[in-house]
Amino acid sequence: MWEYTNKVQQHFLHPKNVGEIDNPDGTGDVGSLACGDALKLTFKLDDKGVIADAKFKTFGCASAIASSSVLTEMIIGMTLDEAAKVTNEDIADRLGGLPKEKMHCSVMGREALEAAIANYRGLKLPMAEGEVVCECFGVTDLEVIRAIQESNLRSVEEITNFTKAGGGCGKCLDRLREILVATTHQGSGLVQIVDKNKRPQRMTTLQKIKKIEEALEREIRPGLRKDGGDIELVDVDGDFVLVSLRGACTSCTKSRTTLKEFVEKKLRELVLDSLIVEEAK
Amino acid sequence: MTETHRMISPEDAVYMDNNATTRLAPEVLAAMMPYLQDYYGNPSSMHRFGGQLGRVMAEARQKVATLLGAASEEIVFTSCGTESDSTAILSALQSFPEKRHIVTTRVEHPAVKNLCENLDSLTGHKHRLTRLPVAADGTLDLQKYEESLSDDTAIVSVMWANNETGVIFPIAEMARMARERGILFHTDAVQAVGKIPINLQDIAIDFLSLSGHKLHGPKGIGVLFVRRGTPFVPYLVGGHQEKGRRGGTENVAAIVGLGRACELAAEKMAEENTRVKALRDRLEEGLLASIPHSMLNGHKQDRLPNTTNVSFEFVEGEAILLHMDQYNICASSGSACTSGSLEPSHVLRAMGVPFTAAHGSIRYSLSIYNTEAEIDFVLEKMPPIIAGLREMSPFWKADA
Ligand SMILES: Cc1ncc(COP(=O)(O)O)c(C=O)c1O
Repeated sequence: MWEYTNKVQQHFLHPKNVGEIDNPDGTGDVGSLACGDALKLTFKLDDKGVIADAKFKTFGCASAIASSSVLTEMIIGMTLDEAAKVTNEDIADRLGGLPKEKMHCSVMGREALEAAIANYRGLKLPMAEGEVVCECFGVTDLEVIRAIQESNLRSVEEITNFTKAGGGCGKCLDRLREILVATTHQGSGLVQIVDKNKRPQRMTTLQKIKKIEEALEREIRPGLRKDGGDIELVDVDGDFVLVSLRGACTSCTKSRTTLKEFVEKKLRELVLDSLIVEEAK
Repeated sequence: MTETHRMISPEDAVYMDNNATTRLAPEVLAAMMPYLQDYYGNPSSMHRFGGQLGRVMAEARQKVATLLGAASEEIVFTSCGTESDSTAILSALQSFPEKRHIVTTRVEHPAVKNLCENLDSLTGHKHRLTRLPVAADGTLDLQKYEESLSDDTAIVSVMWANNETGVIFPIAEMARMARERGILFHTDAVQAVGKIPINLQDIAIDFLSLSGHKLHGPKGIGVLFVRRGTPFVPYLVGGHQEKGRRGGTENVAAIVGLGRACELAAEKMAEENTRVKALRDRLEEGLLASIPHSMLNGHKQDRLPNTTNVSFEFVEGEAILLHMDQYNICASSGSACTSGSLEPSHVLRAMGVPFTAAHGSIRYSLSIYNTEAEIDFVLEKMPPIIAGLREMSPFWKADA
């Protein structure tokens, strides 16, 4: 059973602004039956360009319905520029939080709003123009990158929770990992402060650290020491494992190969197959 | 749910989720109480205070054996259905280490499905897995099954009855086909035992799993039937309990409870297949008649008497369940959102149930404790719940 806040329950059981506006100024249609949730958002502006009315129709679970309902409540009275700044985190916050596996419901709200605004302005959504990464749920790389950046995602699992990408057949998981690595590298580096509430699902960070330490000690250090090197665990952040190579390894031109081909491979095998090993700078 | 911690009392619950778990029968609790309260000894002890429990367990074992048409030494107590499933499959693979093929179905419970999908990493060997497809009504194609059996097949594991749809597989015939080829046959009968008659004397099954909490027994007790003469490698290795077939101090109270539950199941078998079945049929027919765009999932006849799985198109299962929950009606759904994954139930997908329907599937599973009045109540509450959610659904066209 999901732990829903009272606010989510209220908006689910007694949703506000259900329906569809006749001759709306903007319409946003996102999701599909196949995906398990879909949202149609319509709004009308007054003569000052303020959202005078907004209505929704949603197919989906309690959090999808609650996110849609609270979204309409939030944007009525906003100018379009204000509304354009609403993020999925804002929607989730207004609901007192959502279970992390349900964050994609708030993302759907934000996407519908964006689509509706773009529809009013006669624009095409840049997001939809990316390359589809996840075939099962039709998620593009641009959407994934944006979710990583906006919500500071640190693991493939979190990407799935927020965008649904990777939640179906799982074929795109490697590609998602690549995007995650590339996106976080472009940002302000790896050793960033992250939201400590965002824990990976299957293993707590503590469990992960313990297992990684064990694997390093038993399987990895012996190999490196033979060549006069060593390795230290610096930090574990989501799926990112930051290590520093010591001794002979540091000067070794092959240190990146060692890291990826030996350390990462071993850790994926022994601890969690989504881990990404990087050298701490 | 958070923030309100008021318990829903059993008197208030309209409980139609008996394939998830069942009410502990009061008779079962009564049978267990002495062994929870007073007779806390260890059956392995040399003193009589503990040792006398061996006899108590033997009686319970005999009752389980009687329900199944087995001999009592063929009954191994475990901790749950999942443990029984793992034990049977891993035992067969270790008994025939040179055989690397397993036959199962696409609709198994995760206890078998996830085990079979992860055998390579568990055993360190590569295995070939045949997952038999099912037809739109959830039934198996026996010819495909027969063709899948080979010299390399270590074990067949096919559930007796499906937990989501209640569909019953022709286990007797399938077991015979395996036996003719010298292949071990396991059936996960967790949903079948207690609901339909089973007589293992007549059937070529080597392993059968059952679970106490699905037949009004306690949680935390299961059984693996191991036919006499079947090669066996234990899963939990430890003490000599269960004749060395399953280490660990026996859960005496639960074993006694399960024995009583099996006795009761035999007594109530006729009621389950008449009164409960009639309640189920009335519920099913009522729902399908009063709610447009609703459909039954699973074969109408080859089915457990207590289960019905109905899809309501264009609405989502979790939302339906939470509205039902407002009336304390307890059921399950095969929707993505309730499974915690992002895709709807693997069972409904294997049957090719369209997405429009799979996301809105609700499973009602009854028991002897359900009443006419409860069926009336559910039949009264469901149509407005579905209509209300459809009102909100962008896919619903009132005139559709
Ligand atoms: C068909 C089937 N097999 C196995 C199990 C697992 O039983 P247990 O909960 O006792 O491990 C269940 C219970 O949901 C089931 O329905």
